[in-house]
Amino acid sequence: MSEEHILVTDGLSKDFLGFTAVDNVTLKVRTGDIHALIGPNGAGKTTVFNLLTKVHQPTRGTMTYDGRDITRAKPAQIARMGMVRSFQISAVFPHMTALENVRVSLQRELGTSFHFWRSEKSLRVLDERAMELLTMVGLERYAETEVHEMAYGRKRALEIATTLAQEPKLMLLDEPTQGMGREDVQRITELIREVAKSRTVLMVEHNLGVVSALCDRITVLQRGAILTEGTYEEVSSDPRVKEAYMGRAA
Amino acid sequence: MTTKLGYAVALVLLLIAPFFLYPVLLMKFLCFALFACAFNLILGFGGLLSFGHAAFFGGAAYITGHAIKVWGLPTELGLLAGAAAAGIMGLAAGMLAIRRQGIYFAMITLALAQMAYFLFISAPFTGGENGLQGVPRGTLLGMVDLQDNMAMYYFTLAIFLAAFWLIARTVHSPFGQVLRAIRDNEPRAVSLGYDVDRYKLQAFVLSATLAGLAGALKTVVFQLASLTDAHWHMSGEVVLMTLLGGVGTIAGPAVGAGIIVALQNLLASGPLSAWVPVVLGVIFVICVLSFRRGVIGELRAFIQKSF
Ligand SMILES: Nc1ncnc2c1ncn2[C@@H]1O[C@H](COP(=O)(O)OP(=O)(O)OP(=O)(O)O)[C@@H](O)[C@H]1O
Ligand SMILES: [Mg+2]
Repeated sequence: MSEEHILVTDGLSKDFLGFTAVDNVTLKVRTGDIHALIGPNGAGKTTVFNLLTKVHQPTRGTMTYDGRDITRAKPAQIARMGMVRSFQISAVFPHMTALENVRVSLQRELGTSFHFWRSEKSLRVLDERAMELLTMVGLERYAETEVHEMAYGRKRALEIATTLAQEPKLMLLDEPTQGMGREDVQRITELIREVAKSRTVLMVEHNLGVVSALCDRITVLQRGAILTEGTYEEVSSDPRVKEAYMGRAA
Repeated sequence: MTTKLGYAVALVLLLIAPFFLYPVLLMKFLCFALFACAFNLILGFGGLLSFGHAAFFGGAAYITGHAIKVWGLPTELGLLAGAAAAGIMGLAAGMLAIRRQGIYFAMITLALAQMAYFLFISAPFTGGENGLQGVPRGTLLGMVDLQDNMAMYYFTLAIFLAAFWLIARTVHSPFGQVLRAIRDNEPRAVSLGYDVDRYKLQAFVLSATLAGLAGALKTVVFQLASLTDAHWHMSGEVVLMTLLGGVGTIAGPAVGAGIIVALQNLLASGPLSAWVPVVLGVIFVICVLSFRRGVIGELRAFIQKSF
């Protein structure tokens, strides 16, 4: 079970109506690493996540997770295998409370999710764990708040708690700190460092401070293809990387 | 608190109602209230607009009529047979339709219901244009004669309350939580490992089964199953009742059914009798334009605002 690489993609490509959003990406994520996927806007980072979590079918290429070929797996199945993602645009359940958001994520393991004759009070055994998770992301005071009333940064934090509730083996985070104030960024950075001790993390992140503080390996995408890969020092001193970012800004 | 009080008052009213109002009319109301609440399970809580629920209502009505009249089954078993048949129809229709979203789901359910309707017109066991008439009400547990309207009323009420309880429980169950999550954000529910189609399918089958129970009960009350029960008008009427009372509220559809049945009854004998559909149409338009949340939905919002 202890594969060296928890996730391997081979020649992964995705075309949208003749436009290649992901181009021949061969990515290897080492078990236990915090691995960053960076690149300018529109580079194809989110599309890679969408391919991994089966939102889209790849046009070409294969994906192996935990030693198993997942190229043709179903989306919900991927999550049950332990690969769980967060979304770039916060994905919460807006008309449920923060506690219920986390609880519905914990609930699957009880095995009663099809039981329509059972009272929802039976879910209260999960409340303690749900509160723990909310506390980890600093939301304990908002447990009973309906999520659509919460500020954007807090929704992002909640989404991380909901993702963590799945106890993922591989956690995919799409710009987890985007839209957060500096204090929250600090907190989430620490949290990712903490939870990554027992799992692998693949994250898209624009905040290079966060990337340098956390990540063991970095893959740079540009126009759908891998530009380079390495440690933060290697990647940040690569002139092509600077150009890729500057080129966009100019 | 207010909700509990509301339910208590409603229960008392339902218990004493047959002493003041014509029991058959009340039973008609209970059947349609059950139909609308069952329908709301898939529209309000599953987020899917089915436009073919008359097929379940009417299909069960025929099966129950046939089972009691021709096979001679006792009334209780006849009702169960009707509901079970509707559940099986729901499973078949759901497997074809559940992957579709929005208007496509409505179209497929409508098409399937039309197919069922044409089947009922031509199949021998339905009695075609005449329907199945003279279905005996039978006895309850071989003891209580259901031909007596009072006995029949309380039997109907008991079934309605049990089914209503089951619907309320379903909404507030672990399953109901997952349904809420799916309705709130389906891609997120998928990414948390839920096979959303299977949850929707179960909601659809439950809804169809209970809609069937309503149709079955209607056959026993009126001793008649007819094409009207399976006509697409019926599918439209249940949408109207649900929206009028408050989609996604537990008691709303029952209130909506009450309003429609009362109006139909009042208007039927007056000078407007030929205009019933028009009057209902106007009410529907007013409702959609001015209080979108329905009677119960608006009431709930009002109570929340004032406390
Ligand atoms: N479903 C889709 N249909 C068509 N084109 C798409 C689709 N999804 C993404 N694209 C295109 O693919 C390219 C890559 O988009 P993607 O969202 O993966 O970029 P990204 O690297 O995540 O960018 P950002 O940093 O802005 O989030 C973009 O040009 C985008 O317009
Ligand atoms: Mg993106």
